[in-house]
Amino acid sequence: MSLLEVNDLHVYYGAIHAIKGISFKVEEGEIVTLIGANGAGKSTTLKTISGLLHPRSGSVSFDGKSTLSIPPHKLVSYGLAQVPEGRAVFLQMTVAENLEMGAYTRPPLEVADSMAKVYDLFPRLKEREKQIAGTLSGGEQQMLAMGRALMSRPKLMMLDEPSMGLAPILVEQIFDIIKDLHRSGTTILLVEQNAQMALSVADRAYVLETGKITLSGTGKELAASEEVKKAYLGG
Amino acid sequence: MEFLSYLISGICLGSVYAIIALGYTMVYGIAKMLNFAHGDVIMIGGYISFCGFAYMGLNGWVSLLLAMVVCTVLGILIEGLAYKPLRQATSLAVLITAIGVSYLLQNSALLIWGATPKVYAPLIPLVGPDGAPNALRLFDGQLSISYMSIVTMAACVIIMALLTWFTSRTKLGKAMRACSENKAAAQLMGINVNRTISMTFAIGSALAAIAGVLLCSFNPTLMPTTGSMPGIRAFTAAVFGGIGSIPGAFLGGLLIGIIEAMAKAYISTQLANSVVFSVLIIVLLVRPAGLLGKYVPEKV
Ligand SMILES: Nc1ncnc2c1ncn2[C@@H]1O[C@H](COP(=O)(O)OP(=O)(O)O)[C@@H](O)[C@H]1O
Ligand SMILES: [Mg+2]
Repeated sequence: MSLLEVNDLHVYYGAIHAIKGISFKVEEGEIVTLIGANGAGKSTTLKTISGLLHPRSGSVSFDGKSTLSIPPHKLVSYGLAQVPEGRAVFLQMTVAENLEMGAYTRPPLEVADSMAKVYDLFPRLKEREKQIAGTLSGGEQQMLAMGRALMSRPKLMMLDEPSMGLAPILVEQIFDIIKDLHRSGTTILLVEQNAQMALSVADRAYVLETGKITLSGTGKELAASEEVKKAYLGG
Repeated sequence: MEFLSYLISGICLGSVYAIIALGYTMVYGIAKMLNFAHGDVIMIGGYISFCGFAYMGLNGWVSLLLAMVVCTVLGILIEGLAYKPLRQATSLAVLITAIGVSYLLQNSALLIWGATPKVYAPLIPLVGPDGAPNALRLFDGQLSISYMSIVTMAACVIIMALLTWFTSRTKLGKAMRACSENKAAAQLMGINVNRTISMTFAIGSALAAIAGVLLCSFNPTLMPTTGSMPGIRAFTAAVFGGIGSIPGAFLGGLLIGIIEAMAKAYISTQLANSVVFSVLIIVLLVRPAGLLGKYVPEKV
């Protein structure tokens, strides 16, 4: 049984058919990436898995349970966490408060311990503990969004374009952290436009084009594929 | 001395406005809607407490508690029945619904309690059993501040302090701030957004009940329309201070109260409203987000 199984999913925005019957799996311990151009339907897919959007048909099961009738705020305690597109940290709250919100569903006694772990992973956040999140740089906000998601101690962490808008050096850093998280046992579903970086860390990958999965394989296979090179890797 | 006594009555009036404005601003912050019916919840609070002491023989303070409980439930019901189904609707649809709820409350009150004004007995009688005024006398009795005024001002400060503590220190209070900023992200944290909005209405409505009792203690004629004008002034106060901001509502409420009292004393009673709203317009021209509000450009 896979940790996450998406089957023949169809999602609409009114009359717009954004996701046209996609199926994919994430096994426990894997990093799986979903790559695709802007507008391909990557964010729509993640939002549907986390319950923010409702599909017209298809199924999603997480850890053996069908999730589609469960409201998003309850899915968190099943072990599902999402780092949203554009980070979506709480800009008017402090770094520490953002992390506390990440642990909203956890027992209060555990929060300090989780926070210490997040600060170990992101020492920059520790230094800015009392700072308002709106005053952080883009890279720091991305770290905060990731740290916040980790506070819920997820089984599966879904990341929506963590490299968006970041300088190359910061992108490297963020991907290093993703690799670290993976090594320490978190399963990861990574959505990216930055195909090169995503394929370099992924165990398996899927290519999403206008709502359909057109290619799939291991990260290495796709990085070597002519079609992917042409469309996503600049030649 | 005269000035001082006008100032105190302004602060006192302003304290009531501030308590109402806090309810407006908290609800606006989280639900992004103007709860037009907030003023009428004040009126219901007034009637419930009136029923408490006039018909049920309860003590004034117990009546206040009763009004708070009833208004809390009422606030949760209004939100759940009227506003929650409109979460995805346009803000115009929500505003019109809120105006509808306001009329519904006023007409229900008319049906239940009739059109004849009730004479409200202040929470703390203005005159003691010995016939002497229940007031603190200062400067050889030249300045007298009623105990009712002192309680009102103290209530406002305590409420403000409690709300500040609540939103900055408690889990639910922080969840409210998270929801006011980004509902989707709040849900991804595991926060039940609907329940949090409902709790905000509960708090706002309990505050409205307190405001109702204080207001009627100063203006003892209680009618189904009693809440409308103070509601509008408090809304003005919330906008004046910066809608969505808790300290803004406090400051705005006090200033509107003081301006109103001064205008009544030194300009004219009839012109007091015009003065209040002129000041509002001028402030909004200079600072569109209000005194303490943060101007946040619409995201495109
Ligand atoms: N709120 C929305 N309303 C209508 N259409 C939308 C909305 N959000 C996304 N879409 C459309 O759905 C498609 C997929 O969008 P999205 O999932 O955001 O793509 P990606 O994340 O891959 O860039 C796009 O064609 C986009 O225009
Ligand atoms: Mg996207």
